[in-house]
Amino acid sequence: MTTPPVIDLIDLRFAWQDGPALLDIPGFRLEAGERVFLRGPSGSGKSTLLGLIAGVLEPQSGKVEVLGHDMTALSGPKRDALRADRLGVIFQMFNLVPYLSLVQNVTLPCRFSSARRQAAGGEGRLNEEAVRLLSRLGLDGERMLSRPVTELSVGQQQRVAVARALIGGPDLIIADEPTSALDADARDRFIELLNEEAGRSGAALLFVSHDASLASHFDRSVDLAEINRAKGGV
Amino acid sequence: MGFSILGLAWRSLMNRRGSALLTILAVALSVALFLGVDKVRNGARAGFDNTISGTDLIVGAPTGQINLLLYSVFRLGSATAEISWDTYESIDGRDDVAWTIPLSLGDNHRGFRVVGTNESYFEHYRHGGGTQLRVSEGKLFSDIYETVIGADVAKELDYSIGSEIVLTHGLGAGGLTDHEDKPFIVTGILAQTGTPVDRSIHVPLEGITAIHVGWESGTRSPFADTISEDMIRGFDLTPKSVTAVFVGLEQRGSLLRTQRALNTQGGEPLLAIIPGVALGELWQVTGIVERALIAVSVFVIAVGLVSVLTSILTSLNERRREMAILRATGARPGHIFFLMVAEAAMLGLCGAVVGVFLVQLGLLIAGPILSSAYGISIGGLGISAIDGWTVLAVFGAATLIGTIPAVMALRRSLADGLTVKL
Ligand SMILES: Nc1ncnc2c1ncn2[C@@H]1O[C@H](COP(=O)(O)OP(=O)(O)O)[C@@H](O)[C@H]1O
Ligand SMILES: [Mg+2]
Repeated sequence: MTTPPVIDLIDLRFAWQDGPALLDIPGFRLEAGERVFLRGPSGSGKSTLLGLIAGVLEPQSGKVEVLGHDMTALSGPKRDALRADRLGVIFQMFNLVPYLSLVQNVTLPCRFSSARRQAAGGEGRLNEEAVRLLSRLGLDGERMLSRPVTELSVGQQQRVAVARALIGGPDLIIADEPTSALDADARDRFIELLNEEAGRSGAALLFVSHDASLASHFDRSVDLAEINRAKGGV
Repeated sequence: MGFSILGLAWRSLMNRRGSALLTILAVALSVALFLGVDKVRNGARAGFDNTISGTDLIVGAPTGQINLLLYSVFRLGSATAEISWDTYESIDGRDDVAWTIPLSLGDNHRGFRVVGTNESYFEHYRHGGGTQLRVSEGKLFSDIYETVIGADVAKELDYSIGSEIVLTHGLGAGGLTDHEDKPFIVTGILAQTGTPVDRSIHVPLEGITAIHVGWESGTRSPFADTISEDMIRGFDLTPKSVTAVFVGLEQRGSLLRTQRALNTQGGEPLLAIIPGVALGELWQVTGIVERALIAVSVFVIAVGLVSVLTSILTSLNERRREMAILRATGARPGHIFFLMVAEAAMLGLCGAVVGVFLVQLGLLIAGPILSSAYGISIGGLGISAIDGWTVLAVFGAATLIGTIPAVMALRRSLADGLTVKL
């Protein structure tokens, strides 16, 4: 079995515009199905790194390999397609498009990717799949599903974001401080749920946060400072 | 990308319903102004053009040709001088003249013009590209004190066959000097024509003479009361003058020759005009104003389109987050671009379509007023090609304008990546 690593960073260097080097990572790997916690203080470049992995940003040098594809060698549209087809992204907050319903928010990636649409059961079964995912995350019932997303609590919004990341069974989920707006109780339950669902779908998970206390929930924990040689950040 | 992005654009607009509706309204009003000006202009032209056809020349006392046209055909304004009956007879007797319609104008009944004429009017007058006048009820007049009224007169004054009406000397509405002693009896009602005929009361020329017996000096003679109807019938009621004459020629080829002959004849000076030429001159005069109005309304449309731009630009900042979410879930830069352009295009399209309907609504409401105040029929002002082209042009312009916020949103979302610093 030679499944390529889900993420493979090789001599990655990145700086914002004319700023100092923010990231200089000789090597970092995330294996298929692995669930990893990446810790780093605020401003250390975690979100920037996720942007590079998601193919939204381009490094100045080095390689970002995602699911066996060299992101730096791919064209912009191909990177966008890879992200749409095989990645799930969860933000810190404001994850949802305010003018779409819960279900529409969850099926959003399927609008941009036919592969994702097929993987989620095809056009006709999209909504059903979204409802199933939402109910696994504790969001069910006609009344809940018909609420405007702007009326949901932060915790509920984050769970909708998880459902969206999970739809169509992506190979990698990246989560950018998804719990920083939640209270301690909700935070632990959220991480358990995310871990459980990622595990169930077989997706690898890269979870970044400044909060070291979350490390215990994960297979493996990495400090950004350990893998990053640059001191450009904070 | 197609439909799913259009759906997103639509929902995004609905999410900002208030501002979107205001923008749509701004575009709609600007489009409505433009189309309204154009329609009223065309309606007025078509109405005027349809009012007279088949008449080769109009002859009256010397005045401006537009003035003669307006008072003889459209019953707008009034004549300053008349032509004598003898001169009328000499025109009627010319070899190149096939028929004439004498018209005696200047009297009024409750705001409607009284037209003294003869049977020739009903036989030869044509409107709307050759349609003859038709009596829808009753029959033509055959006695001095009989009258045939237009469709609007009957409707608005609630007159029917047999009604007795009293005619006023002069043009003032409900004049003080009603000739109350000598009522006319309605014998016929004309079918609707969409021309000033609908608002006219037609009486025999002799009837006009009769109502002026005792008024020769301009005021009521003290002896007027002593004149009985029988005495009047005994008088020679041949009119002394007429206001204008519609002339039909034996051969249209002689048009210019006959016109010159009438204009230069010895004896009483005359003005003979060709209705189409006079109308052309009228349109030349009004054309300047029309063009100015059209230019202004085009500028107003431009302002409407700027409001589309403003509405989208002001939303850009608060939507950076949304763009990042769309990018994260797989949207390509092209999707972001298309989303913004689609929103602008939808605002433009909705605005233009609403504008078209506003105009139709406006015509529905204002149409009867226009037609009763100016005798202009604005039928045939339904949705036309110009509406379609205007909608298309506004849609196109809005789409083009949408590329400005689209490029801005695109640049920002590329620079932001997944992280939006707010
Ligand atoms: N879009 C951007 N443009 C320019 N600089 C940025 C941008 N995003 C982040 N940065 C800078 O990069 C550094 C790291 O930011 P970020 O990756 O958001 O850190 P973290 O997620 O660890 O808090 C910060 O100094 C920040 O100011
Ligand atoms: Mg961050």
